[in-house]
Amino acid sequence: MLLSEMKEGQTGKIVHVGGNSILRRRILEMGILQGTEIYIEKYAPLRDPLEMIVRGCHLSLRVEEAAQITVDGVK
Amino acid sequence: MPQKSLTIALVGNPNSGKTTTFNNITGTRQKVGNWPGVTVEKKEGIVNKYGYNLKIIDLPGTYSLTPFSMEEIITRDFVLEHCPDVVIDIIDASNLERSLYLATQLREIDCKVLFALNMADVAKARGIKINAKKLSELLDLPVVFTVGNKNKGIDELLKKAVELAESDIDTVGKRNVRYNKDVEKSISELCSLLQDRMQGSIPYNLRWTAIKLLENDKIVKERVLQKAGDQGQAILEEILSQRKYLAQRFNDDPEIVMTDERYGFIAGTIKEVVTTSARKRVDISRNIDLVLTNRFLGFPIFIFFIWAMFQLTFSVGAYPMGWLDSGINWLSGSLNTLLPDSLFKDLLLNGIIAGIGSVIVFLPNILILFFFIALFEDTGYMSRAAFLMDRIMHLIGLHGKSFIPMLMGFGCNVPAVMATRTLESEKDRILTILIIPFMSCSAKLPIYIILAGTFFGARAGTVIFCIYLIGGIVAIITGRLFRSVLLRGADAPFVMELPPYRIPMLKSLLIHMWDRGKIFLKKMGGVILVGSVIVWTLSAFPRDIRYSRDYAGEIKKVEASYEARISNANGPEKQELEKRLDAAITKISRVQKSEKVEKSFMGRIGKALAPLFAPIGIDWRGSVALLTGFVAKEIVVSTMGILYLAKEEGSNNLKNALISSNMTPLSALAMMVFVLLYLPCLATVAAIRQETASFKWTIFSITYNTSLAWVVAFCLYHGGKIMGFS
Repeated sequence: MLLSEMKEGQTGKIVHVGGNSILRRRILEMGILQGTEIYIEKYAPLRDPLEMIVRGCHLSLRVEEAAQITVDGVK
Repeated sequence: MPQKSLTIALVGNPNSGKTTTFNNITGTRQKVGNWPGVTVEKKEGIVNKYGYNLKIIDLPGTYSLTPFSMEEIITRDFVLEHCPDVVIDIIDASNLERSLYLATQLREIDCKVLFALNMADVAKARGIKINAKKLSELLDLPVVFTVGNKNKGIDELLKKAVELAESDIDTVGKRNVRYNKDVEKSISELCSLLQDRMQGSIPYNLRWTAIKLLENDKIVKERVLQKAGDQGQAILEEILSQRKYLAQRFNDDPEIVMTDERYGFIAGTIKEVVTTSARKRVDISRNIDLVLTNRFLGFPIFIFFIWAMFQLTFSVGAYPMGWLDSGINWLSGSLNTLLPDSLFKDLLLNGIIAGIGSVIVFLPNILILFFFIALFEDTGYMSRAAFLMDRIMHLIGLHGKSFIPMLMGFGCNVPAVMATRTLESEKDRILTILIIPFMSCSAKLPIYIILAGTFFGARAGTVIFCIYLIGGIVAIITGRLFRSVLLRGADAPFVMELPPYRIPMLKSLLIHMWDRGKIFLKKMGGVILVGSVIVWTLSAFPRDIRYSRDYAGEIKKVEASYEARISNANGPEKQELEKRLDAAITKISRVQKSEKVEKSFMGRIGKALAPLFAPIGIDWRGSVALLTGFVAKEIVVSTMGILYLAKEEGSNNLKNALISSNMTPLSALAMMVFVLLYLPCLATVAAIRQETASFKWTIFSITYNTSLAWVVAFCLYHGGKIMGFS
């Protein structure tokens, strides 16, 4: 499942981060790694970008970027 | 004995309290400028402490030292090339894990690092306990707890920094990240090859260089190859084969593998030094966000904040603006009576004081506006604004944060251009700066009011609205065009932190506000001074205008004819006659003024340019007025007043004068569109030059705006004519 398909209030685990190398490295550097647990806090009023909680801090990500990230164990 | 000086660099994640710490150390003794050649802000300050002259440099906030963004390149270059005596890494204690990523990268560069565990109080409140002694041992560096916004631990931090700088500890850390076996093997193989082929000429720490080369770091690769000379080929081949080997071994890019490993190392460290007591806590910040970025309330609240910002800026700002204005009037009035008439007096009063005065009255507005911007930034609301607006701004190819500078453009373009400093990516910044002039500033409004009011009557409001709308459309098209043609290339990923809300410190708000104010005064002052003198020269010369009529004589004649009648009359009749005399004199001097403007260099240039303006329906008077608009848009209406009023006999106000001139609704519309789009005022041009740090972009902006203005006005004028409007 893609991160961009998750709903507000769901948690999941990162399986893979894709995309071009700059985007990928940026995302990884912010601590969004394989196995990291994430929580979808909310979507912006216009449904893009989204806000999630990773390692206790709030990050926002555009939906098109979130579509490069695969997750599983979504609850 | 001269004091010994030390250079201390501050690095850290954005929102780690780095700037607060910097402000606390240096107070107001700081210098704000730009890093050479780029628009990233450079702050430095000097303090004398412990018998040393400490030069503190506030490096841009970054999450990593991977040279993708300008900020990261600057930070890394500074640490590598300028070798500060000590690097203080400001770490958000409540966010240790991510902060340590930058720390591990710093640790790999050969420099003396000191940790400041900042916001220790927040961490404590969240139930996070950090064992500083253990952290210090594990990473082999000194650690100090600080609370930046309460000024705690700052003295100890500086003391430790001085101690560290003076100690001769081996900076080549043994406690660095150890990568896994295969990566380490590649690193050591590359190391020995580098040592072999380059001997002593490796510019940086050997291990770090090898790691960067394996990560395919373009900047390091370039520099190493430069130094390597004819050995370059062999080194390049080795890098390629090692990268290929690692990519096959891990089924992923080596840089990704190494990022992963660094986080692995960090996770290990965290496990040993952090104990989290599972205390149930109320997250105030999250609750605030439930309202401020709420699906239904988010936008209305945002719009309210922006409205309040503008309202306060212009209503509160109006008072000091009035004081400044009357102060300038008083100054020029008293100088007028004090000084004998001379060329110098004319230059001083009509050139310098009038020119600088017309710009300096905006200082209160600018300071208030920047106070709010600083407030938005320091509380953390700015990133929420970006979060809300990103969807819309992304349509133009911009970041959500570009919204506020663009909006400010409707007030005044100068602070708007300066506010682009809040944008992190250089490309976003330049694109936003190029678009801001299309946000029609408040000084252009009087021009629209006069033209639309004269020619469109009851529909004036709609017409003015359409003008603003055209500005918006042009901005969107320009944004999309430039994003896809000029400023192409990897869009910076949006990944943005939404930091917890914080109560801002008044001191730091005031410092922020004053920094901007200073830049405005200094840079704008210089350029405006020169510009005002040039414009004055153009309109005041040549001095010996041969007037077509003897104005002085005419005035004398009129006075003489009234004199007798006034002395004979009394009471209301006398007043009436005096009024008529004044009107008659005003009329003559108006015609004289008009002739003076017409025959001045400015008028001659305007007339020479008239053929260029004729195709868009603007006569030479309009073109002179537009030309003077380069100094400030406020002048356009007053120049039009002088020129049109004088020529159209029998009209007592600009409205009637415009109607009886050969201007039509269609040409008025073309002129409004031209005013909307053509080159911005001198102060804005100066701001663009300052903020893009490039003449090329400044010239480009001016040329693009003006030619676009002409083309759009031309199409509108002739398109309208073809469709049968006049």
